[in-house]
Amino acid sequence: MTATMEPSSKVSSPRLDSKVPQTDDIANMWENHKFSMKLVNPNNKRKFSVIVVGTGLAGSSAAATLAELGYKVKAFTFHDSPRRAHSIAAQGGINAAKNYQNDGDSVHRLFYDTVKGGDYRSREANVHRLAEVSVNIIDQAAAQGVPFARDYGGLLDNRSFGGAQVSRTFYARGQTGQQLLLGAYSALNRQIESGGVEMHNRKEMLDLVVKDGQTCGIVTRDLLTGEVESHSAHAVVLATGGYGNVYYLSTNAMMCNVTAAWRAHRKGAFFANPCYTQIHPTCIPASDDHQSKLTLMSESLRNDGRIWVPKEFDDSRLAADIPEAERDYYLERKYPAFGNLVPRDVASRNAKTVVDEGRGVGPLKNGVFLDFADAIARDGAETIKAKYGNLFDMYANITGEDPYSRPMRIYPATHYTMGGLWVDYHLQTTVPGTYAIGEANFSDHGANRLGASALMQGLADGYFVLPYTIGDYLADKLGDGVVPTSDPVFAAAEAEVADQTNMWLSVNGTKSPEHYHRELGKIVWDRIGMARDKNGLEKAGDEIATLEEEFRKNVRVMGDGTSMNTELEKVGRVSDFFGLAKLKARDALVREESCGGHFRVESQTEEGEALRDDDNFSHVAAWEWNGEGADQTKHEEQLEFKHVKLSQRSYK
Amino acid sequence: MSENNINITLDVWRQNGPADKGHFETYEAKEISTDSSFLEMLDVVNERLIDDEKLPITFESDCREGICGTCSLMINGQAHGPNKGQATCQLHMRTFSDGDHITVEPFRAASFPVIKDLAVSRAALDTIQHAGGYVSVSTGSAPDANLTPVPKDAADLAMDAAACIGCGACVAACPNSAAQLFTSAKVNHLNLLPQGQSERWKRVEAMVDTMEDYFGTCTNHGECYEACPKEISLDFIAFMNRDYVKAKIKNRKLAGQK
Amino acid sequence: MAQTMPDLRNPQPIRSRKKPLPFPLNIWQSAVGRKWIMALTGVGLLGFVLAHMIGNLHIYEGPAELHEYAEALRGLGGGIVPRMVLLWVLRFGLIAMFGLHIAAAYTTKEISRKASDDANFMDGQKSYPGGRDYIAANYASRTMRWTGPIILLYLVFHLADLTWGWLPHTEYIKGDPYHNVATSLGNLPVAIIYILANVALALHIFHGTWSVFQSLGLNNPKYNQARKGLAAGLAGVILLGNLTFPILTQAGVIDDDKNPCGQITDQAENTECFEELLSHGGE
Repeated sequence: MTATMEPSSKVSSPRLDSKVPQTDDIANMWENHKFSMKLVNPNNKRKFSVIVVGTGLAGSSAAATLAELGYKVKAFTFHDSPRRAHSIAAQGGINAAKNYQNDGDSVHRLFYDTVKGGDYRSREANVHRLAEVSVNIIDQAAAQGVPFARDYGGLLDNRSFGGAQVSRTFYARGQTGQQLLLGAYSALNRQIESGGVEMHNRKEMLDLVVKDGQTCGIVTRDLLTGEVESHSAHAVVLATGGYGNVYYLSTNAMMCNVTAAWRAHRKGAFFANPCYTQIHPTCIPASDDHQSKLTLMSESLRNDGRIWVPKEFDDSRLAADIPEAERDYYLERKYPAFGNLVPRDVASRNAKTVVDEGRGVGPLKNGVFLDFADAIARDGAETIKAKYGNLFDMYANITGEDPYSRPMRIYPATHYTMGGLWVDYHLQTTVPGTYAIGEANFSDHGANRLGASALMQGLADGYFVLPYTIGDYLADKLGDGVVPTSDPVFAAAEAEVADQTNMWLSVNGTKSPEHYHRELGKIVWDRIGMARDKNGLEKAGDEIATLEEEFRKNVRVMGDGTSMNTELEKVGRVSDFFGLAKLKARDALVREESCGGHFRVESQTEEGEALRDDDNFSHVAAWEWNGEGADQTKHEEQLEFKHVKLSQRSYK
Repeated sequence: MSENNINITLDVWRQNGPADKGHFETYEAKEISTDSSFLEMLDVVNERLIDDEKLPITFESDCREGICGTCSLMINGQAHGPNKGQATCQLHMRTFSDGDHITVEPFRAASFPVIKDLAVSRAALDTIQHAGGYVSVSTGSAPDANLTPVPKDAADLAMDAAACIGCGACVAACPNSAAQLFTSAKVNHLNLLPQGQSERWKRVEAMVDTMEDYFGTCTNHGECYEACPKEISLDFIAFMNRDYVKAKIKNRKLAGQK
Repeated sequence: MAQTMPDLRNPQPIRSRKKPLPFPLNIWQSAVGRKWIMALTGVGLLGFVLAHMIGNLHIYEGPAELHEYAEALRGLGGGIVPRMVLLWVLRFGLIAMFGLHIAAAYTTKEISRKASDDANFMDGQKSYPGGRDYIAANYASRTMRWTGPIILLYLVFHLADLTWGWLPHTEYIKGDPYHNVATSLGNLPVAIIYILANVALALHIFHGTWSVFQSLGLNNPKYNQARKGLAAGLAGVILLGNLTFPILTQAGVIDDDKNPCGQITDQAENTECFEELLSHGGE
């Protein structure tokens, strides 16, 4: 692969108009901007139709809110019900700058923490707005009946999460994601019942339709009948989640995919920062080759558990047989101040280092110990059980090992993707009329996401940002009808989708889509995983291209195209992962610095920390599709930090 | 064969489409790791079927960590398999022994039509939710979250109900194909909270009436509770029944007459 | 019937919703409401069964005392309402409760059948062709729809036997329950029928009592354990009490030979005989 290593231009590409208001008053920027945006008269809203693709936290909240405002909304999900979206699996909580605990939290502090946590690769204006509306989310969710944890006075409880210095995380047992999604889903249900939202389940978006540079609709495939349909609208909102499953093994759900975002990318939406991926340190290691996904355990385990590996290489003894002197508590050794509580990326990378050295534990030597023996001796098994009982049960169920009597084995796994479709301050992509919200966009988390911020961002976009900004676009369209689905532009898109489907069914190769997904995942994990280097990334590009070629020639898709066919669904998604993986490798290659979840071995401090290169890489890399077979073009949006001082992270 | 591997025989329900009659087909699943989950075992069986150019078994799953409610399956006559408080995706093969014969069927009820093989449509559960599974609060109109204190006990009980993942195991396990446990979890999640009070009576009537459009009648067997991966309590069914009959009286009064 | 392709996104309702009737008839329109009525009538019927069993224990006091008890029932409300009136009111109440109980049971079962119909195409009923493994559902709960009709048949038999005196195996004497019971239950097949029917009744009561709290929504998580105990206790007491009659008759404890008036088949003379006995007893 040929990567052109051009030095950064240090000016934003004219193609990337961030629409960030020109003001230094960041505290009032959003408030003032809301006033300056165009409005759509309440009676006119019904004249506009909006398509929302994806009904997780971001999609459900956006669809419901847009319908409440009066827009005609069509919502699409490939699930049988919006409640199945993977937002549901978030355990920890949701941040909000409520300062209910009186511990000094504020909008500015949440803003500051998020920018810093993102390793200074996010857009200040977006992050500040996120922190501002975070408080409204909690109000909204509580009013919907989300059963947040409460203290005995009946008021909301908070906890400190992910190393934050303040307690700003709201939670609902270990299933905050499910409860918030059920809240957004209930708002959506209300609109479905009243006719405000036309719900289309089990339909997968397979193309974005653009006419004369303006979004005019989407093409979907009915997953029950195989029917290819066109749907037109004035605007399309993509809330289709992240691309973590490009690694095959991740904590994402089986069906999470990049297809909708990728097809939009192919239609002109720039894809930003695909190299940014968050690897979560406390997951359960894979047990064999047939492992289909990895399970995350709450990070809170690191509060009491001690992480170690044997000092000896290839030590096959049971943990109990390894004397204290032959154990390496490597995080405590290297980071005496933070110890086992170093940030996610640092913990993850160090685990990789020791496993790569051959000091991994477990049958496949693919994990490190997380040991509660000391905590149990200190606090008693009962206390530990009260704190972590459900996590211990989950671990015991998956591994068949009792974590009370022997240390847990953990290993990092892909968890969240910070990159995504490039969007401006209005959350609009580079295709006018197409918006991206939630994990599908890139804007708020920079190079690394803070714990309990994913739920916050999805709901902020859906409830409180997009419903305002979309009006600014639609207001100019008053009087314009939608492009009818009989238009040739739809017919062409439909034909392309149908051809694709038939093409996959007729390859008649020998290996399943699952096989290629797994092989792709191995390359991406090894080369574009926790630690990346030039050599590996260049190889990754070639390896992915070779595998993709084989995939296209040799994949075997059983079944037909006219009834439910999970193999056929899968093959299309795997094919888009190939495209994304290639771009990811390239993005990682040209970002010759380390930042947050992107660690380039060549760019580290003497202590092995991620070393940013703010002079050359304080920008967003947004990639423009140039057609099949051609390399994407990189565009840069320069990031300005006026309100947060850039600093180097240190956890010594 | 490694010590962690087992050989099992599967009787799997195969049905080509909603109108097909359906039948059992027997598969020998050899060398299955006991560390794999039940669904990973099916993945392996499917990969081998594909290798043999046979149609893989269609089944649904997504999160594979017991929270999305997409997975289903009657395993040896029990919804979500033999372990209590677990969804099928959390069931691991170490639960079974070498040589076991395992029967796998779809969740069954008139309102759960089979789509293909083991995949069924559970859209009727969503229809119940549409009828009243919400608090009517438009975005932006909510007061400060701490303006309405919620007694901790009420919040905890509402959370117990809200833990329902909507998988439909209760319906599948019920000899009457009743959806009482699901509906009662959804009704009580909101009816137990102060936020849900204004629509309490309307909600329970609408949701129960819709439930009865699609599902059978509860005869208090308690199979639903045993099958429920989130162990939703039968008490919620009683609470719902009480609210429903009360609603018949209250709604009449609230509206002046009805 | 040809299988129509079900709409997988919008399943067909299993029944069409009727226009709501005015309160309280609308309660009957829903299955939950019907279960509520079934529970209420169940409580009434349970009260009757319990009282009936306890009242029948008068048989152990002797033929005359049992006759006196029967007379007392007929004269309920004596001095205020004419003889037999209150008894008939109670009887009509019982009949109404029975009717509602049965109607609710039958119609809700029909709904469940529809909800399970077509669940698989093998036999048109909800069944798992691969087999079911029941965990919570016990014998009592699964046999409600069999114990119910058994109890109904038994009721008809019991009335024909001891209220109407239609059956050939006794020389029925109206007004002499001791004679009737002793001669009827002295017949071994009849005693066996009574024993079996009462076992069915006890099973029905066991699940019914537990269910009442669910259906009426009267439960409190604190007392859930106690509910099982109450159900078992009530069913047990009623079973024990009722079983004593056929068993002790067969054992000879209840025996028409001990009935001084038992040979007097004319109703008026028989009654006279008892009244004389009782007035002597009163001296």
